[in-house]
Amino acid sequence: MSNFHLAKDILTDAVQHEPTRAGFGRGLKRAGEADKNVVALCADLTESLQMHLFREAFPKRFIEVGVAEQNLVTVASGLARAGKIPFTASYAAFSPGRNWEQIKTTVALNDQPVKVIGGHAGLYTGPDGATHQMLEDISLMRTMPNMIVIAPGDSIEAEKATMAIAKNGKPSYLRLARDKTAVFSTEKSPFEIGKAYVLRSGKDVSLFGTGTMTYELLVAAEVLASQGIDAEVVHVPTIKPLDTEAVLKSVEKTGRAVTCEEAQINGGLGSAITECVSEFLPVPVKRLGVQDRYGESGDPRAVVEHFGLDGKSLAKKIKAFVRSVPQYKKGY
Amino acid sequence: MSGPLTIKQIEQKAVVLRRDIIRMLEEAGSGHSAGPLGLADLVATLYFGVMNYKPKKPEWADRDYFFLSNGHCVPVQYAAMAEAGFFNKKELMTLRKLGSRLQGHPERTRLPGLENTSGPLGSGLSQAAGVAYSLQYLDNQTHRFVYCITGDGELDEGNIWEAAMFAGKYKLSQLIVFVDRNNIQIDGNTEDVMPLEDLAGKWRSFGWHVQEIDGHNVESILDAVGMAKAITNRPSVIITHTIPGKGIDFMEYDYHWHGVPPNHEQAKQALAELRTLRGKITHEGQKHE
Repeated sequence: MSNFHLAKDILTDAVQHEPTRAGFGRGLKRAGEADKNVVALCADLTESLQMHLFREAFPKRFIEVGVAEQNLVTVASGLARAGKIPFTASYAAFSPGRNWEQIKTTVALNDQPVKVIGGHAGLYTGPDGATHQMLEDISLMRTMPNMIVIAPGDSIEAEKATMAIAKNGKPSYLRLARDKTAVFSTEKSPFEIGKAYVLRSGKDVSLFGTGTMTYELLVAAEVLASQGIDAEVVHVPTIKPLDTEAVLKSVEKTGRAVTCEEAQINGGLGSAITECVSEFLPVPVKRLGVQDRYGESGDPRAVVEHFGLDGKSLAKKIKAFVRSVPQYKKGY
Repeated sequence: MSGPLTIKQIEQKAVVLRRDIIRMLEEAGSGHSAGPLGLADLVATLYFGVMNYKPKKPEWADRDYFFLSNGHCVPVQYAAMAEAGFFNKKELMTLRKLGSRLQGHPERTRLPGLENTSGPLGSGLSQAAGVAYSLQYLDNQTHRFVYCITGDGELDEGNIWEAAMFAGKYKLSQLIVFVDRNNIQIDGNTEDVMPLEDLAGKWRSFGWHVQEIDGHNVESILDAVGMAKAITNRPSVIITHTIPGKGIDFMEYDYHWHGVPPNHEQAKQALAELRTLRGKITHEGQKHE
């Protein structure tokens, strides 16, 4: 059973694909329609980050800052001081990669509702290679007090998340992918900042995914089911604040956890889940993602498969984990 | 403000700020001496002769904005805010202590009346530019101004020049920036550490209106602000020549006083000097441009 409305036929060839950044572009325009205080700033990547939709609708509220990511977020901090809700966008490698201190001091510590949109995060950035495949952003942003961190699972959720952070009054980070990825949610699926969702119920192991990896875990769970392993898939779009209640509820039932993210395993979702369970319910955890190394060029899907983060590869690793590590039972 | 003060009265305010800076730094036992003392005349002129604000209503919707980009000089701002009535002067003695609203570097969320959180250099100018952009393009409030002070060593930061390009591009004419040109930074003289000259030429080439003044001459500061307000097609920078440690003989021009406070004996001597200073700083400087 699931508390989430999934799209139809997502485990067949009929599954739809769209980049999460496309959902962001639509969400930003809708947020702009809903609130005239929403403004958008871009660092010379307007169409790449789908901000042209907002620019065309609200030319006076769109600000081009050039290739200057430090200025991008600090000007936004000033705009927020003047009562605006600024969305800043660049590639995650540069924002928050280059301007982390400015975000900390002038946005997070300063408690201004600036939205940092990190595009081209993760391995799906493909041919651009390691310099542009930002894998450390979740870790960087998660350690910053006062910051909300969201990695939407698909384009529809990205659109909802964009509209949600426009209204939350808090510093917020939104992680987006460049290439098209599977769309598993629908307009009817719930999205609330700080909530995790069970997409598939199971009893043998909890699979926690964030961003584009949640879909791959759904694929993996189907493979595992055919091999007699009943996996629960929990989608964790909000990495901070973590929905600890949902995490603990799931692992209390399954006694084993796997995490998966298109990012470094150190400091990201894997760390967040491990910290949570080791503190409250110490089940064994296997962290899947990028294993403390940099990415490399290639076709986006080929890179993801090379790093073993496609559903079939994930299923093999999860199966090995389940077969070798016993379920935690209270009191052992 | 309760009506405009005379130049003489503003000069007296500056002496009060210097006295309070010495007292609070001695009590704190750490902090920056030279910069705040050098800025006392400029900050006194802004708070008591230039800016519109209401100390009891810090978020007053029609106020001018003040951004201190070089946050380590905040003791002079705290002293001015206390003198203006934002908070009781007794609170100055809590500077840098646990639980104080007067953090070592300014935090907006702790103390009403601060517009930004600042300390790491180079980002206050961008924040001031963001507000100026909003006033000019989004809010249609052309009567309000955004004042910003940066250090000169701070100009080594790339973020400053990103902001300078931005303000130049958008012709942010309600943005008035003062560069505290005291020629020192932690490792020595600015022209040795990382040369800034031709500084006026640099700003001019970024599309700014440039003035250069004696930062200890209240009349020159008032005149320069008047000129900057009259320039409606460019942002304004006022290169404000100051003497680090100004007002305390044994601190003046000595970069060793950048990041240390006076001890009890030194504070006593400094306060004695300030008592005889009342009225000594007169408008002897000249406006250069």
